[in-house]
Amino acid sequence: MRLALLSDIHANMQALDACIAHARTQRAERFVFLGDLVGYGADPGPVVDRIMQLSDEGAMAIQGNHDAMAVKPPLEVRTVGDSTAAWTHRHLMPGQREWLSRLPLTLQDDKTLYVHASANEPQAWHYVYDPRAAQASMDGAAAWPGVRYVFGGHVHFQTLYYQGAGNALMPFTPQPGVAIPVPPHRHWLATIGSVGQPRDGNTDAMYCLFDTERAQLTFHRVSYDHLAAAAAIRKAGLQEFFANRLERGR
Amino acid sequence: MKLLEPGTIVDGFTLDDCMHAGGMAHIYRVHYADGQADPGFAMAMKVPRMAAGDGAENIVSFEIECQILQVLQGRHVPRFVAAGDLARLPYLVMEYVRGRTLEQQMALDPTPDVEHIARLGTAMARAVHALHLQNTVHLDLKPANVLFRDDSSAVLLDFGLSCHAHYPDLLAEQLRKAVGSPAWMAPEQVVGVRGDPRSDIFAIGVMLYQLCTGKLPFGSPHTAGGLRQRLWVDPVPPRKLKALLPEWLQEVVMRCLEPEATRRYPSAAHLAFDLSHHTQVTITSRGRNTRGTGFGTHFMRWLKAAGMQYKPSPLPAQQVEEVPIIMVAVPHQDVSDATLYALRLAVGRSLGTRPGARLACLTVISPSLTSSTDETKSETTVHRHHLNRLRHWAQPLDHPGHQTSYHVLESGDVAQALLDYARGNGVSVIVMGAATHGLKTQRFVATVPIKVAMDAPCTVILVKQTLPFELLDSPDADTYATRYSDSDLDATTLYGDDLRHLG
Repeated sequence: MRLALLSDIHANMQALDACIAHARTQRAERFVFLGDLVGYGADPGPVVDRIMQLSDEGAMAIQGNHDAMAVKPPLEVRTVGDSTAAWTHRHLMPGQREWLSRLPLTLQDDKTLYVHASANEPQAWHYVYDPRAAQASMDGAAAWPGVRYVFGGHVHFQTLYYQGAGNALMPFTPQPGVAIPVPPHRHWLATIGSVGQPRDGNTDAMYCLFDTERAQLTFHRVSYDHLAAAAAIRKAGLQEFFANRLERGR
Repeated sequence: MKLLEPGTIVDGFTLDDCMHAGGMAHIYRVHYADGQADPGFAMAMKVPRMAAGDGAENIVSFEIECQILQVLQGRHVPRFVAAGDLARLPYLVMEYVRGRTLEQQMALDPTPDVEHIARLGTAMARAVHALHLQNTVHLDLKPANVLFRDDSSAVLLDFGLSCHAHYPDLLAEQLRKAVGSPAWMAPEQVVGVRGDPRSDIFAIGVMLYQLCTGKLPFGSPHTAGGLRQRLWVDPVPPRKLKALLPEWLQEVVMRCLEPEATRRYPSAAHLAFDLSHHTQVTITSRGRNTRGTGFGTHFMRWLKAAGMQYKPSPLPAQQVEEVPIIMVAVPHQDVSDATLYALRLAVGRSLGTRPGARLACLTVISPSLTSSTDETKSETTVHRHHLNRLRHWAQPLDHPGHQTSYHVLESGDVAQALLDYARGNGVSVIVMGAATHGLKTQRFVATVPIKVAMDAPCTVILVKQTLPFELLDSPDADTYATRYSDSDLDATTLYGDDLRHLG
C-alpha cells in the first residue's frame, strides 16, 4: 500500500491541492492526515470539506492542537496560534467543527502509529525537535503493540529518526524525492513536515509517501502557488505576519 | 549460516562453488535456477555468516551493503542483481567481476616499479572519484577491497562500512566509535567522523605507501591509543626506506596521508591527475624530506588533535564538485590577443568562484608539426615551445590557491583529443573559445567547439571573444567576420584561429 502522509495543512488550500495532485502522480492509494488541518491560513472551511470528502473515500485523519483550538478557542490569546483560533472557529460550519472534534489523537494501522505531536502524552502536544524528544515519543509508542513506525507532524521540519550503532536515536535530514529504505526490523520515527506552513526558508509544501510493501519512505517537497495563499490571507483580513511567512517560507 | 553445498537453490539461484569463506560472509558463484541465461555477466552471491555469537555489526554492514549497492552505478562497482529479505533469507547477488585484488597483486609483486604504482593509483583514484560523485564514501578501502580488471581499471568491493549521504547512516552513533580497518583508516574516522570523501583518499595513500615501500605507514594498531597516533604523526618518508623512489611519488603519497583532511587532495580526481601527469606535480618539502617529521611539528599537531571533534560533512558529491578540475583549451595558431585575453578572463572568473579548483591548460597540435628528422621540429623542441607559450599565457592567472598544469596533445582531431582528455581526467568544466564564425556555421558544419559541447562529459563554457581592439569601432566588423566564416573548414585552423583574417 502506498500511503500519502500529510500534516500541518493549516488551512492552506493551494498547498493541499498541490500535494494531493503530486501524491496522485506518485500512485498514492490512501491519504493520511496527521492533524493541524486548520489555523493560520485563510481557507479552513474548504480544507476541512476536502479532507472530510477524502475520509469518506477511505482517508484517515487525526487531530492536532490547532484543530482542537478551532473547536474550542482559548478565551485568552497568548500566542500567534491562539489569535487565529477564534477567527477559524467563526469560519467553520458547525458540522465541520463537529467532525474535527471527533478526530482521534492517535491511530494505529498495522505496524504504524500516527500521532500529531508525540506518542508520549499525545494530548500534551510535546514537540519532537531532537533525538531525546523522539526517543520519548518512541518509548510512548511502545504502549501500542507491534508498532515499528511512528509518524507525526507538529514540528514543521522533515526529519527521520533511527537507531544507529549506539543506543541513542540519530536524526537524519532526508533528501527530497529519494526513497529511503525503512525495513521493519528497526524502529523508525519521522516528522513529516508541513503541507501549508513550511518554515525552513523554502516555500515548497512538504509531505511524505510511505510504501508499506517495499518499506520505503520518500520525503517530498512540492512547489505550489504560495503567493495566492498569502494573498488569500491578506484578503481575509488576517494578520500580515501569516501572509509574509508563506512568502518567505519562514 | 554454515557453508552451503553446491547445487543448493536459494530464492531462484543455484549455487556453484564457494569462492571465498571470510569471517563475515561466504561468497558463491551462482546461476539462475530456472535455466535463464546470465544477465550478461557472471553472478556471485554473498551470504552473511550469522551463527549464534556473530556480531550484530555484521548484519548491519550487510544491510548497508544491500542498500548502497542497489543504487550505485557505473563500471567501478559490481552490478546489483538481487537481495533477499534480511529477516527471512539474507543474501546479495551481484556481478562477479573477473580480475585480481590489490591484495593478490601485492602477494605476487610486493613492490612494483614506479610506473606500475602510478597506474594502479590512478585507477583506484578514478574509481573512488566515480563513487564520490554518487554521494557515497567507501570508508573501508584496503587491498582486499580493490580489484583490478584485465584492462587495469579498478572495481571497488565491499560496501559494508560505506556511507551514502541520501540514506540514514546505520553505523553512526553519538559516541562515535572508530569503524573500519585499522591499518587503512583515516584519522578523522578514528574519532568517528563518517562521510568525508577525503577519508578514502587517505586509504589510497596507505595503499600507495605499501606499494612503494612494502610496509604499512602506521602498522596495524590494535588499541585505540595506537589508532589515534595518526591524528598527529607522519609516517616515515617512503624515500627514507627506498632511496630510489622519485620525489614526486613521495609528494603524492604524503599528501594523501596528511593527518588533516584539508591538507590532502581535495578530491580523488585531483589525485588521479597528479598520478597520471607526474611531471606536473609541484614538489614541496613533503616530497623531498627523507628524514621524517620532527618532534616539534608532531607535538603541535598532537595539541591540535586533542581538540579534534566531530563535524557533519556536506554531501560528498557537492564537496568534490566544489574543487573541480577546470580545463582550458588554448588555441595556438595565428590567434589574436583578444581571443587569448577573453579566454583568460573567463578562466579567471571560473577559478575565482572555486577556491581549491585546479587548472589544466591544453593545446592540441597537429602531428605534422613535429618531425623526427628535422632537429628544429623534434617532438621535444615543439612541445617545449608550446608549453612555454601556455605558461606565458597563464601567468596572469597565477594564484597560490590553485594548482596549474600545462599539456601539449598531439592529434589530428582536435575535438576528440579534448574530449578524451576531459573524460580521462575527471574534468568538470571545459573552457574554450566559441569561435565566432563557428556559431554562424554550426548549422552546416560541426565546428570543434560545437562537437566538444555536444559530446562533453561535463559543463562547457564557450567564450565569445571581443573583437580585435583596432576594429572595435569599425561599423562593418561583424559582416566582415561573417563573410570569412565559411572560408576555411580545416578543424585545427577553425579552432585555432577564429579571427585571423581580422587580427
